[in-house]
Amino acid sequence: MNVRIVTLSIDGRDVGAREGQTILEVAGENGIEIPTMCNLTGLKPIGACRLCVVEVAGSRKLLSACTTGVTEGMQVTTDSERLRNYRRTILEFLFTEGNHTCAVCVSNGKCELQELARKLGMNHVDVPYRYPRRDVDATHPRFVLDHNRCILCTRCVRVCDEIEGAHTWDVMGRGIDSKVITDLHQPWGSSTSCTSCGKCVHVCPTGALFEKGHSVAEMAKRRQFLPYLSTMRGAKE
Amino acid sequence: MMRDVLLKTAEAERAVKDEKKHSIRICTAASCLSCGAEKVRKAIAEKVKAAGREDTAVAGVGCMGLCAKGPLVTVDGPETMYAEVTEEDAADIAASLDNGPVERIRCDTTTPFFQRQEKIVLENCDRINPERIEDYIAADGYLALTTAVLERQPFDIVDEIVRSGLRGRGGGGYPTGLKWSTVAKAPGPMKYVICNADEGDPGAFMDRSILECDPHRVLEGMAVAAYAVGASEGYIYIRAEYPLAVKRLKLAIRQAEKMGLLGKNIAGTDFSFSIDIRLGAGAFVCGEETALIASIEGQRGQPMPRPPYPAESGLWDSPTLINNVETFANIAPIIRKGADWYAAIGTETSKGTKVFALAGRINNTGLIEVPMGITLREIVYDIGGGIPDGKAFKAVQTGGPSGGCVPASLAETPIIRSTTNLCRSSDRSWGPAA
Repeated sequence: MNVRIVTLSIDGRDVGAREGQTILEVAGENGIEIPTMCNLTGLKPIGACRLCVVEVAGSRKLLSACTTGVTEGMQVTTDSERLRNYRRTILEFLFTEGNHTCAVCVSNGKCELQELARKLGMNHVDVPYRYPRRDVDATHPRFVLDHNRCILCTRCVRVCDEIEGAHTWDVMGRGIDSKVITDLHQPWGSSTSCTSCGKCVHVCPTGALFEKGHSVAEMAKRRQFLPYLSTMRGAKE
Repeated sequence: MMRDVLLKTAEAERAVKDEKKHSIRICTAASCLSCGAEKVRKAIAEKVKAAGREDTAVAGVGCMGLCAKGPLVTVDGPETMYAEVTEEDAADIAASLDNGPVERIRCDTTTPFFQRQEKIVLENCDRINPERIEDYIAADGYLALTTAVLERQPFDIVDEIVRSGLRGRGGGGYPTGLKWSTVAKAPGPMKYVICNADEGDPGAFMDRSILECDPHRVLEGMAVAAYAVGASEGYIYIRAEYPLAVKRLKLAIRQAEKMGLLGKNIAGTDFSFSIDIRLGAGAFVCGEETALIASIEGQRGQPMPRPPYPAESGLWDSPTLINNVETFANIAPIIRKGADWYAAIGTETSKGTKVFALAGRINNTGLIEVPMGITLREIVYDIGGGIPDGKAFKAVQTGGPSGGCVPASLAETPIIRSTTNLCRSSDRSWGPAA
């Protein structure tokens, strides 16, 4: 099969890429880091969190690097004052929308949200905290879902649908009332579709999904299975 | 053979009409219905019957435009129009048939509101009964579809639409012909045609009026589109808040299927196309095409990143043509009268006409259709009749709440499709541009 090669520039560097690759993939191959949150290699990109936004010459809008395909002659900027502002504000929104109390979280020190805040230098927030009232679902024998720590990246929804094939997870509600649910909003423990494989727990970037029996800062996520499984799936298709 | 059936139906229908000396038409679109049009229709029918006037036809028809002054009634054509008609006026109207109009309730139709309009999409609205397919057929209905499937090739139809210069009427303004040819060229065993009738902007009622007053026109447009792009199934995604439009659409689909104009083997050819209705559950976002498709699939109505565009991978990952109600309503006249005729209307960059709903602080609120290139001032002052109580005209909002506000100082700019200048606040609006 013929694959067309295109050339583009990212942050002033000329790079080559296969047609069909995304800006994020090409940047990654060339050691240019773009912050991401909802994206996870092996899952379908959805461009939801907007942390990976980049500037593309000729486009007024900021484009999400995870969903935008490369084109010939494209000029991409991954870092600028404007982008830093946007990313920081998005991150602040993520923190203030839920209840992210790192000091008592199972994922403290092992959390992607926390790590990104550290990397982007978010040492305070300018928007007021919402302190929403959210539930915890501990009905599953092995896992816990804590809505307080959920940022709605939908990685759990996608891994369950695309890799495990169970589609136990989905999102209900709109806007600020959105939340992830199991089956038709039944307690996780009573779910008939859940295979208890635990993939959702391990792709979760925060402590929203964790294994029982872990205390503060003990929940390390293991994702070695994902590249393997998605390669297998790709080969089959 | 199908063509003969059509022509015969049209002829029979016209003969029935010719037999009658007089015709009284009452607007039965949602706006007039809400101020008592149905009672007026019954009262007039009663009086006419009581007077023994068998030479007079009384019919409920679609929107006559001047919604501000409903219920509206016309006698023997649009020239004699009565406004704000009540049941008490029925006797006078019935008695007036031979001795001139009732001046007391007569509405002046020589005003710019009626004279400045140019009706293509709304051409049938004030004269056909939306609940009878025979009325539509008598007005050259389904002629475009039968001509297309019997005599023309799909690529020829796409070419006609390309040459007409028609652009999507939903707001994006994407060239319709280009979209059709993309879907036509997309490979796949199954293709779909979707009509987006999820008109969500408050104050907008163009699509609702078209569906309520002339539903067959939209069905015909969809069927022609399906033939052109090679689709065999279609969906109309309509808001549940439009019950009358839904009711009339369902009826129209049933009537068209019965006559072999929809469903299997249309007009006796091997082209089949069926249409189903899907009701929106009130989410504004489902008017966005990818969210709308997700909603039809039974998923949460949420936009997905594009590309891939629906033309390539839409409903159930198949190539999908998705157009707005008004866009489909333009198709039949273009096929019937030719692309050159359509392209001659409007401006260099924006062809044809545009339906607008006039709402808010303006004298003549209602539904209008004007050629592209008309200025905002003409719409507000000539057609709209100016601002109530002689107050100052300050600004208009075009394209709904997500559109932009245009100040009075820019009222001389012509209405065209634009993605620049004044409409920068929203890329999705039909409005004036410099």
